[in-house]
This record gives sequence, structure tokens and C-alpha cells, in this order.
Amino acid sequence: MSAAEEVVAEAPAVEAVPKRAMTLGLGTSLVVLAALVLAPLFVKNFIVFQLTQLLYLGLAVLALNILTGGSGQFSLGQSAFYAIGAYTSAILMEYAGMNYALTLPIAALICFAFGFLFGQPALRLSGVYLALATFALATAMPQLLKLGFFEHWTGGVQGLVVTKPDAPFGLPIGQDKWLYYFTLVITIGIYVASVNLLRSRSGRAFMAIRDNEIAASAMGINVALYKTLAFGVSAAITGVAGGLGAIAVQFVAPDSFTIVLAIQLFLGMVVGGVGWLPGSIVGSAFIIFVPNIAESISKGLSGAVFGVLLFIVIFLVPHGARQVAIVAQQMLGKLKN
Amino acid sequence: MELFTNQVLAGIATGAIYACMALAVVMIYQAIDHLNFAQGEMAMFSTFISWQLMQWGIPYWWAFLLTLVISFAGGIIIERLLFKPLAKAPILTNVAGFIALYGIINSFAGLIWDFTIKQYPTPFGSSPFLGSQLISTHQAGMIGVTVLLLIALYLFFQFTRIGLAMRAAAALPESARLVGINTSWMIALGWGMASAIGAIAGILIAPVVFLEPNMMLGVLLYGFAAAVLGGLTSPLGAVVGGFLVGIFENLAGTYIPGVGNELKLPIALALIITVLVFKPAGLLGRPIVKRV
Repeated sequence: MSAAEEVVAEAPAVEAVPKRAMTLGLGTSLVVLAALVLAPLFVKNFIVFQLTQLLYLGLAVLALNILTGGSGQFSLGQSAFYAIGAYTSAILMEYAGMNYALTLPIAALICFAFGFLFGQPALRLSGVYLALATFALATAMPQLLKLGFFEHWTGGVQGLVVTKPDAPFGLPIGQDKWLYYFTLVITIGIYVASVNLLRSRSGRAFMAIRDNEIAASAMGINVALYKTLAFGVSAAITGVAGGLGAIAVQFVAPDSFTIVLAIQLFLGMVVGGVGWLPGSIVGSAFIIFVPNIAESISKGLSGAVFGVLLFIVIFLVPHGARQVAIVAQQMLGKLKN
Repeated sequence: MELFTNQVLAGIATGAIYACMALAVVMIYQAIDHLNFAQGEMAMFSTFISWQLMQWGIPYWWAFLLTLVISFAGGIIIERLLFKPLAKAPILTNVAGFIALYGIINSFAGLIWDFTIKQYPTPFGSSPFLGSQLISTHQAGMIGVTVLLLIALYLFFQFTRIGLAMRAAAALPESARLVGINTSWMIALGWGMASAIGAIAGILIAPVVFLEPNMMLGVLLYGFAAAVLGGLTSPLGAVVGGFLVGIFENLAGTYIPGVGNELKLPIALALIITVLVFKPAGLLGRPIVKRV
């Protein structure tokens, strides 16, 4: 067409976050941790299951948060990596008779490989293009899982049933509670590792790329490597979340991993606050409980309630739960004085 | 050979719809530099409106025109209410906004008209076109309407003051503002037109895919693929891309073993990614140069 070239001074996808605000303080962390440890002792099994769900979906939101809040790339295709993780765990448990705990690192490795490979073409994309490519990935995933070619392993449309693990060493707690604590330990481990990752040299490289890619590369950061690495790490954590999800739900089927899941994770991140890791759990709570409440008001309304709430969030508190937390902190500070 | 011609013609017919969808996507992309993920849902909602109008006894073409007007107004209202305040926000916030809009429209369509599949009438009939077995009258009608739309848009952008102003506002907003163009309203106008073009796509494809709230997801994805293939900065490219994607989809479904119907969507994915990797600007788009 025209010989004119479009010159764009690219705006960052994400507003920069002050580093201090990335985690909770020590005191708050301990209170949250205590609440998470004690909670299942007082509630019914169904709520324990929902808490487990809160943790592993929180993990998936955290993974997206590392990708977006950390390196400034975003993905509407996390459901694809989640599905790969879930299927890896399910297949290894059901066909290879492997211990459920051992399937998680394998799911992480496989997802890391997929994420890293997907990161390669994604390198050339930014902003809307990346959103588009990952959106397409998420839409295609259920179709790929239904293929006759894989049916022997994936169970096709019917999916696979996964056996629920018992507590080991004859510990006197029920399956649900055991699974909750198992998930909690993994979640905390990954959370601490993620915080450290973002504070490390690599994490600073991620953030430099997020804030200004060209300046980062001028400083000698290998942009291509760190961008694909961010994709890989994010996919690996999503894969673990998927594996945990498969074990907790005891079932995997192509239709559980549609674009809806990817969108939920994305919304969870926005609601929790981009780049604020503790927000992942808040976001996860939002995507688990809001649809339930909305459905109880009217059937089929959850999409609308979701959307309206999301607009409220991006208009009133564009930094999500992090902003609320900061405001709350300031108000507490005023009360003390 | 007859199978081949048949598939190419059917590809051109569905390609016409993808071209409309891609055109709508490009209209908004040109105006605000964002992809509208809710474009398909907006088109679906418009189609439902036209269906409702026909249920109330309004004849097809009147319902068609009325729907275009309503969609145009609806697009402008959405822009004014929701996306104008977000103009300066980061990309991420905008993407979240589009997804929220997607959820709201989809949910409301389900609430008002429920999720059962509805028949949608065609004004062209479905008999073979001019006695040939290759293409049905509805497919010919789809191509015809799209071509008319393209000519109208070309004339609008090339020969009217307001079309010129819209192009100026999209190309160089700052300079356009300096010469007295109200760029903010040009963006709203772009939204309105995109919404109306989407409505045309929805109304034309509805007899083929049937009317239900999720009918546009696949079409939107192909529309995206078409827009990317042709170049997001080029309306002409979007149209060319639309036809190419339509033909490609049909031929791949017919000739590549194991593809069939279920793999058609992953093909759109593969196409999007391949084009983005080798030619990020698309076939007819302008290359983008970054400046620090």
C-alpha cells in the first residue's frame, strides 16, 4: 500500500508498580497464613473443596500475574496451559499409575516446554497482537483435545476420571482436608518462589522489559530470552495449577478448558491487581464466588454481573485489590495517629 | 474439479462474512488502536434485534435497515459511555473492558432470547443460483451485499468530507485536531459504523449458523484471522484477508486429510500465528516502527 511507515511510541501494556507494593508485609502474611491453615478445621467438606479451588485457581492467576505484571506480556490463552497440565496429571495417574504428587513436576516441565515454545512466535508480538494469538490458542484448545488422534489417551469428549488420593501414612484426616493442605503447601511454596523470582536479577530484567523494551535491550538485557522465559515459567505454574485442579475435581474433559476459563483467569488478575502477587487469591475468590452469587439472583446472569463488576473495577479501582489494600492501610495508619 | 470450484465458491461466500467482520474489527482498530473482542457479540445482539423486529411483523428489509440504525446508535452509545473514559488507560485495562462487554452482551442475549437455536430467514431463498449447482442464492446474496457494502464504504471514505475527516483522525489524531476535526466524535462514528457493519455480517451469516447467543465466536475468530492476514491497518487488506481465509478454510477442510469440520478453528489459529510471525504487518498493512 502506502510507503509511509507508521511510527508508534509504544505505550506500556501495564502501568508500572512500585516495587515495595508487590507483596504483603510480614505481619499481614502471617495472619493470612494462619487463616488459611486453620480455616478447614471449622467448615464443611464442600467448603473445604471450594477453598482448595480458591488455592489452585489462585495459583493460575499468580502465574498470569508473573507474565503480565512481571514482563508486561499478556495472555488470554492460559486455559490452554492449564489444560495441558491437567491432562498430563490425569494421564500419568490413570495410565501410568503414578503417584499424584509426582505428576505435578512433570506437568510443570511439559507446560514449561509448551510455554517456552509458544513464547517464541509470541516474541514478535506485542499488545493486541499477543492478546489475539493467545485468544486463538485458548479457543482452539478444546477442539484439539477432542481430536480422534489423541482419543486413546485423552478419552475424547468424555474425558478422564481421576481417582481421589487418600492421606498418606494413615494420617487421620479426610481426603478433602488432606488435598487442601497438600494444595496449600504447594501454593505457598510457589508463591514464595515467585516473590523471590521477581526480586531476583531475572525478575528485574522482566520488569525492565515491561517498562520499556527498547531501553531494556539497550542496557544489555537479552529481551528474547527473558520474554520466552517469562512465558515458560508462567505456563509451568499454570500447569501445576491445572494438575492440582484435575486431582481436586477428579475429572478432566475438553469443555472444562474453554476460553471462559482463560477469561476468568485474566479477570482474576485484573481484579486482584496486576503485578501484586497476593491479589491473585483475591482475584481467584472473585472468579469462584461471584458467578455463584450471580446465579442465585438469576440463572444465566453471571456473565452480565461479571462484566458489570469488571467495569466498576476498571473505572473505580483500576489497580484492583492492591489499591483497596493500600487505601485500607492508609486509613489504619490514620486511626493509629 | 467440480468439488474444487464448489468449495472455492462456498469459501468466497463465507469469506464475504469474514470480510465484513474483519472490516468492523479494522474500523475500531484504526480509530482507537485496540481489537474489539466484543465485536462478534455486538453483531450477534444486532442480529437478535432484527429477528425480534421480524417477529413483530416488520418485513425483512425494513427490519434490516432499522437494525442498522439501532446498531449504529448502539455502537456510539457504547463508545461514549464505556470506552471514551478508557482512552488513556493501558492496553490491559482496555482488553478487560472489551471482555467485560463481551460477557454482558452474551449474558443479556441469553436472558432475553434464551439459548435455544432459532431459524433465521433469508430473503434470497436457498435454491441453486441461476440454475447452477455450484452456489445457492443465499450465498450469492451474501457476496452481493458484501460487495455493495464495500463500494459504499469506498465512496464514503474517498469522496465525502466526513469520510476524509475520519481517515485523518485515524492516521494523525494530533494534526487532525489542529485543522479543526473533532477527533473524539470521529472515533464514536467509527464505532457506530463498525457496529452496523458487524450487524450486516451477523444478519447474513445467521441463516447458515442459526441464531443463538454463541453463534459469532467462530466467525469473530475468522474475522480476526482475516484482519491480521490483510493487515490491521488496511481496510482493503481486511476484505482481501476475509475472502482468502474463507477459501483457505474450505479447501483445508476438504483436501487436507484429518482436518474436517472440527479442526477448522485451529486452522484459523495457525493462520493468525503464521502470519504474525512472518509478516507482522499483514499482507497490505503498513509496517510499524517503534520509537523510544
